[in-house]
Amino acid sequence: MDLKTLTYLAVGASFALYIGIAIWSRARNTGDFYIAGKGVSPVANGMATAADWMSAASFISMAGLIAFLGYDGSVYLMGWTGGYVLLALFLAPYLRKFGKFTVPEFIAERYYSRTARIVAVICLIVVSFTYVAGQMRGVGIVFSRFLEVDLVVGLVVGMGVVFFYAVLGGMKGITYTQVAQYCVLIFAYTVPAIFISLQITGNPLPQVAFGADIEGSGVGLLQKLDDIVTSLGFNQYTSGTKSRIDVFCITMALMVGTAGLPHVIVRFFTVPKVRDARKSAGYALLFIAVLYTTAPAVGAMARYNLIQTVQPGEIGAPDGNLLYSERPEWMKTWERTGLVTYNDRNGDSRVQYYNDRNTDFTSQAESYGWQGNELSVDRDIMVLANPEIANLPDWVIALVAAGGIAAALSTAAGLLLVISAAVSHDLVKGIFVPSISEKQELLAGRIAAAFAILVAGYLGFDPPGWVAQVVAFAFGLAAASLFPAIMLGIFVKRANKQGAIAGMLTGLLFTYGYIEYFKGLFLKWAGAPWGEDVAGSWLFGISPEGIGVIGMLLNFTVALTVSHLTAPPPERIQHLVESIRVPRAG
Amino acid sequence: MKPEQRAAYWRANLRILAACMAIWFVVSYGFGILLVEQLNRITIGGFPLGFWFAQQGSIYVFVLLIFFYAWRMNRVDQKYDVHED
Repeated sequence: MDLKTLTYLAVGASFALYIGIAIWSRARNTGDFYIAGKGVSPVANGMATAADWMSAASFISMAGLIAFLGYDGSVYLMGWTGGYVLLALFLAPYLRKFGKFTVPEFIAERYYSRTARIVAVICLIVVSFTYVAGQMRGVGIVFSRFLEVDLVVGLVVGMGVVFFYAVLGGMKGITYTQVAQYCVLIFAYTVPAIFISLQITGNPLPQVAFGADIEGSGVGLLQKLDDIVTSLGFNQYTSGTKSRIDVFCITMALMVGTAGLPHVIVRFFTVPKVRDARKSAGYALLFIAVLYTTAPAVGAMARYNLIQTVQPGEIGAPDGNLLYSERPEWMKTWERTGLVTYNDRNGDSRVQYYNDRNTDFTSQAESYGWQGNELSVDRDIMVLANPEIANLPDWVIALVAAGGIAAALSTAAGLLLVISAAVSHDLVKGIFVPSISEKQELLAGRIAAAFAILVAGYLGFDPPGWVAQVVAFAFGLAAASLFPAIMLGIFVKRANKQGAIAGMLTGLLFTYGYIEYFKGLFLKWAGAPWGEDVAGSWLFGISPEGIGVIGMLLNFTVALTVSHLTAPPPERIQHLVESIRVPRAG
Repeated sequence: MKPEQRAAYWRANLRILAACMAIWFVVSYGFGILLVEQLNRITIGGFPLGFWFAQQGSIYVFVLLIFFYAWRMNRVDQKYDVHED
C-alpha cells in the first residue's frame, strides 16, 4: 500500500472512532453539554485534559521550534507544564467546590456583578479566538501535506469534523472523544521518537537517548550537536541567545497563562469531588509530560538528522555537502508544499545549510566558497517530516498524520465549547434572556459553537506568525486578564467588584495593545504592526511573548489598589469565599 | 466548623502551598534559567545539568509536586474533618 492510502486509512479510522464516541455519549442536557454531568473519573479527565491541552502547537510545532532554538526552546517546555502546578494549587480545587459551569460565572458571583461577567466573557473570547487561530493553521498544515489537498479544503474538512462532535456531543462527547484522541496522539508521537532514538543512539527511551552517545562514535549527542552547529555558525545548542529577563518572562507568562486558560480551567468542573480535582491535575500533567519530555529529544535528533543529511562530509570540503540532485525523497515532497526551499546561491549544485546572519562566521563561510544559506526549512514541519527524514516505514508516517490531526481537533473542540458556553450560558442566559429554557439554551450553545467554528476557520487562513507563537500570545492574554481575577477571588477576601473589573481591563488592554503594536493580530487591516519587533524597542527588553507577565502584575496591582480604595465586598461574598476554601463546608 | 478552626485549616493549606511553590520556583526559574550557566559546567548522563533541568528535570518535579500536594491536602482535610464523604 502506498503512503497516501495508508494515511487515508489511519486518519479515516481515527475519525470514525471519534464520531462513534460522539454519538454514543451525546449531551442530553446542559449539564452534560457544559461539564459532562460532573461524572468523569480523575484519570479519564486527566487524559482528556491532556488531549485538550496538547494542541497542534505541542504536537506539530514545539519539537521543531526546540530543534532550531535549542536551549531557548525550554521556555515552552517549562512554561506549558509548570502552569499545571499553579492550576492544581491555586485554582482547580476551589473552582470545583464552587461548582458552576463557566469561568465568567465564577467571576460574576464572586464579584457580584454583571459587568464583571461581561468583562470576563470578553477576555475569554479574545483569548480563545487567538488560540483557536493557531490551531486552525495546524490543521491546515497537516491536511495540505498528507491528504495532498488544498489548504482551504483541508480546513473545511477539519471544521466539519469539529462541528460534528463539539456541537453534538458537548463536553460529555468531547471528554470521551479526547480520551481516544490522547491515545492516538501519544502513540503517534512516541513511536517515531523511539525509532529515531534507537537509530541514533541504540537506546529506545528518548528521554535517556537525548543525552546518550551517538552509536559507534563515543561522543554524546548533545556534545556532537553543539560542535556541528557552532562550526556552521549557529549558536550552541545547549545555551541560549535570548536575554535572561526575556526567558524568565516568557516562561512565567506561559505558566500563568496555562492556569488562566478557560478551556483548561473548565476541565476541573467535570470531576465529582474536590479531591478528584486536585488529583486530576496531576494525572493531566503526567500524561502531558510523556509528550513534553519526549519533544526536546525529538527536537535535538531532528536537528542532528537534518544537518547529517545536508552535510554528510567534512564542513568546508568541496564535496562535503549534499548534491541537490541526490536529495532524499522527503525534501522533494516538502518542496512541493513550499515549506522547504532551496536556492543554489554559489552555483555548485550542492546544498549549503549554515547561519549566514552570523557576521563572525561570514569570512569562514566565504573561504569555503559558500555565498549564503541555500536551504530554508519551515520549523513547523519538523515533527511531520521527522519520520521521513529518518527513513521510517510508511505506516509510522501515516500514524503521525492521524496524531497531528487528533491534537489539533481535540484542542479546537475544547476551545469552541468554551466559547459557545460563554455565549449561551453567560451572555444569553446570564445577561440577556434569563428566562430561557434549558432546551433553548442548549440550542443557543450549539448555534454559538457553529458560528465560532466559522470565525475560527476564517482566522485559520491568515494567522500571524508560527503556530506556537500565535498560541503564546493567547497565554499572555490569559495570564494578564483571567488568572489574577480568579486567584484574588479565592485568596483575597477584600478583593471587590471595582478592583476586579479595573484589573482585568488594565491587564487585557495593556497586553493586547503591546502585542498588536509589535506583531499585529486582528488589526492588520489598519496598518498593525506599528512598532519594530526588535529587542531594542521592547519595554524592559521583554518580547511580546513575555509581556503577559507585566500585564499580570499591572492587573494584580490595579485590582488590589482599587479594592482597598472602595467599599469591601458584602457579607455574603465573604461567606462564599470561606465556603469555597474548604472541601466540605461545615 | 468554628472560625478559628477554619482559619487554622487555611493557614495549614497556605504553608503547604508556599513550600510547593518554593520548589516549583527553584527547579524551573532557579536551576533552569537563573543558574543555568553555572550548572551547565556539571555534566550528568550526557546532559549539561542546567540544560537538563530546563528541558527534562523541572517537568518531572512538577508532576511529583502536584501529587504530593494532593496527598498532603487530603491528610489535612482528614485532620480538620472537612474531607468529602
